[in-house]
Amino acid sequence: MSATAALEVQRTTTASRVGGVGAVLVVIGLVLVPWSGDAGFMRAVVEFIALLVLAQMWNLLAGYAGLVSIGQQAYVGLGGYALVVLADDLGVNPFLAVPLAGLVAAAFALPTAALVFRFRDAYFAVGTWAVAEVYRLLIANTDALGRGTGRTLKAVFPLARETREVVTYGLAVAIGVAALVAVYWYLRSRRGLGLMAVRDSEPASASLGVDVVRTRLAVYVAVAFGTGTTGALLYLNLLRISPDAAFSINWTAYTIFIVVIGGLGTLEGPIVGTLLFFLLRHALADYGAWYMILLGALAVVAMMRYPQGLWGLVAERYDLNFFPVQRRVRRSLTSVEKGSAR
Amino acid sequence: MVWVDAAVQGVLLGGLYALFATGLSLIFGVMRLVNLAHGDFSILAAFVAVVTVQTLDVNPLTALVVVVPIMGTVGYGLQRLALNRLLGRGILPAVLVTFGLSIVIQNGLLEIFSADSRRLNPGGIETASVPLGGGLAVGAFPLLTFALAVVLLIALQLVIGRSPIGRAFRAASDDGATAALMGIDTGRLYGLAMALSLAIVAVAGVVLGIRTTFTFSSGPDRLLFAFEAVIIGGLGSLWGTLAGGVILGVAQTVGARLSPGWGVLTGHLVFLAVLLLRPSGLFARSRRVD
Amino acid sequence: MTLLGVQNLSAFYGDFQALFDVSLGVTEGQTVAVIGANGAGKTTFLRAVAGALPVARGAVTLAGRAVGGEPAHALVEQGIVLVPEGRKIFASLSVEENLQVGAYRKRRGPWTVERVYRLFPALAARRHQPGTNLSGGEQQMLAIGRGLMANPRLLLVDEISLGLAPVVVKALYDVLASVKHEGTTLIVVEQDVSQVLAVAEHVYCFRKGAVALEGEPARLTREQISAAYFGA
Repeated sequence: MSATAALEVQRTTTASRVGGVGAVLVVIGLVLVPWSGDAGFMRAVVEFIALLVLAQMWNLLAGYAGLVSIGQQAYVGLGGYALVVLADDLGVNPFLAVPLAGLVAAAFALPTAALVFRFRDAYFAVGTWAVAEVYRLLIANTDALGRGTGRTLKAVFPLARETREVVTYGLAVAIGVAALVAVYWYLRSRRGLGLMAVRDSEPASASLGVDVVRTRLAVYVAVAFGTGTTGALLYLNLLRISPDAAFSINWTAYTIFIVVIGGLGTLEGPIVGTLLFFLLRHALADYGAWYMILLGALAVVAMMRYPQGLWGLVAERYDLNFFPVQRRVRRSLTSVEKGSAR
Repeated sequence: MVWVDAAVQGVLLGGLYALFATGLSLIFGVMRLVNLAHGDFSILAAFVAVVTVQTLDVNPLTALVVVVPIMGTVGYGLQRLALNRLLGRGILPAVLVTFGLSIVIQNGLLEIFSADSRRLNPGGIETASVPLGGGLAVGAFPLLTFALAVVLLIALQLVIGRSPIGRAFRAASDDGATAALMGIDTGRLYGLAMALSLAIVAVAGVVLGIRTTFTFSSGPDRLLFAFEAVIIGGLGSLWGTLAGGVILGVAQTVGARLSPGWGVLTGHLVFLAVLLLRPSGLFARSRRVD
Repeated sequence: MTLLGVQNLSAFYGDFQALFDVSLGVTEGQTVAVIGANGAGKTTFLRAVAGALPVARGAVTLAGRAVGGEPAHALVEQGIVLVPEGRKIFASLSVEENLQVGAYRKRRGPWTVERVYRLFPALAARRHQPGTNLSGGEQQMLAIGRGLMANPRLLLVDEISLGLAPVVVKALYDVLASVKHEGTTLIVVEQDVSQVLAVAEHVYCFRKGAVALEGEPARLTREQISAAYFGA
């Protein structure tokens, strides 16, 4: 006899439970690191988290919102400079200034969007880059911001070095966790679903009541906030900022390669990508520009043959999904079937 | 007088920018592809010229005879082997692949040629000047560049407007699938378009290398200026691209006269102003921005 | 001589199957009609024959040679020409240039620009205007003329009556009749059954991606066609 089977929407699987537990363990581990006293390792972790967050932000923008920007370095630079201005010139606590710098970056995202949203597709991409260049040149021509030579973050000088390093590290961990949780939560929410609908089809999603323009704008500004905060974090770590470094296209190059090689459109992908990035950089440290050549070549190959990225290949093979953002539709057992299945 | 002089120099610079922009505009028109490595290919051509000049001991302008076919072949190969597969897959693959290519080319040039800045020496012509009367004189080389740009544009206009292959380009730009029904092998056609694009940008790169110093990282700025010239002038019109280049050139030179650090920035600001006020460009044939 | 052979032709759009094992033959010089409701697979069938869709190698033969899967541009070279649904006139080309691009492959034959103008004087009057400036009927004439410029052995015509007034449609079918008179083999897809049955020697009625009925128009009754068209 057959019982009627209903369809149920499943959000959690075994893999996702494993992922959740694993994530908690990693965070606990990170929190314990400062007790080892290894400053070099802490700085490396800060850089790792920064790149990971930049990648997750770009992933959200391109992979989910369908906005391919090659000008995100604008917000890295704006965030970094905002940090210096807030902390040195306006006397704000430098650690508090980090998220505030993110807000400054988000504020700049509004007029930027007003301009670049007039473009579509590839022209949007180049347009975002042109705007980043404008920001760079404006700052490079401003005396108060140190022109081409840049500035040093002096507000942290009164602090003992260990204190600064540990608090920076703690801030980085907090930012990393917050960013990942925020992205994960958003994508699993109704708004996140709306976002993916817009990416997949504007007309279809608009006809279903999704406000395309506002959704895209909201994501763009939110990503600018995340990118700006990360930029501020990076320069809190480095202490020295200059226009050419802060607005360098390399920030975009690194994040694009990380996301493409790791896997566009998944949360796990950028994590894998960032790990690979650091491994490659470490392995090819003595070979100058070769690691960038290799990274670029890998990204090209990935985009052409393996658009799902390294993580995508693994996930497909083993049907893994540690941080699932999709919903699965399954036939659910009725209580009768459940009983007899034992 | 200083301003007239700056404006004239800007116009001539616009000729060079038009050379950069034309290749970009061509492939976007025919296959909706933006090649983010466009500028880097021009610098690659300049370095190929450096090598050619060194090995064959010729004038850089003569070296064009070698450089242009090489770059044209590279363009054909690139399109047929790699980029053709990305058409029709949406915008992301093409943007990312050409971006990746840009990074690979830059870093490859860095590895092979180091970070030293280079210059191509055509043996004197770059310093000659031509008096225009009224106390005004212009460089012979910029004048030559502008003339070359105009000649190339006329030639391209003739090819696109009058020849079978030009009709094929235009048909494919309207509707690639129906063009195939006419018997047009779009794979080969796109290869030819890219070959032409890189051939023109190779000329631009060599000219640039004569005019100024360049390094492995000079490519991205060239792409940006080319892009800005196309947008200012408007899509769908070769002469619009020349006009766009001229406007950009004038904005940059006049801006630099105002304040040395403001040259390129003024160009960017004019570009953004056009984008804000007239997104489809000043001389667009079609009203689309995509 | 069988010019076109179709054996067990199946066609897919991604996972969706649009044609199911279609088999038929067209003799040289014959005019064949393909009728059926919307979505029956008529356009898909023409596109498959013309090489615009990937199909199995042996599914389509031209004069005995297997040509299935060859790309559209290669098939034009061999004389299979499709006048596509919706006309698809090139907007960036003038009327005359649209005709010229039809002759891209330079196949030998009687059709030239001047000859097309004799057939369609309305086009000559507008030869330098953009192709899409024309009325619907004129664009259809241009599309047919463009197809003829390729000097086809097998001309595939997809739904030329769509959106046109009856008097225009009649004129177009008169043209098709004269083209047929020249000896060109024709496959005409139509929703307007009466017009096409008057000019065809053989008719296939498609339904849901398969042949539901075939035969000579004179031998088939209204009821038979209706049943095959809509499904009993």
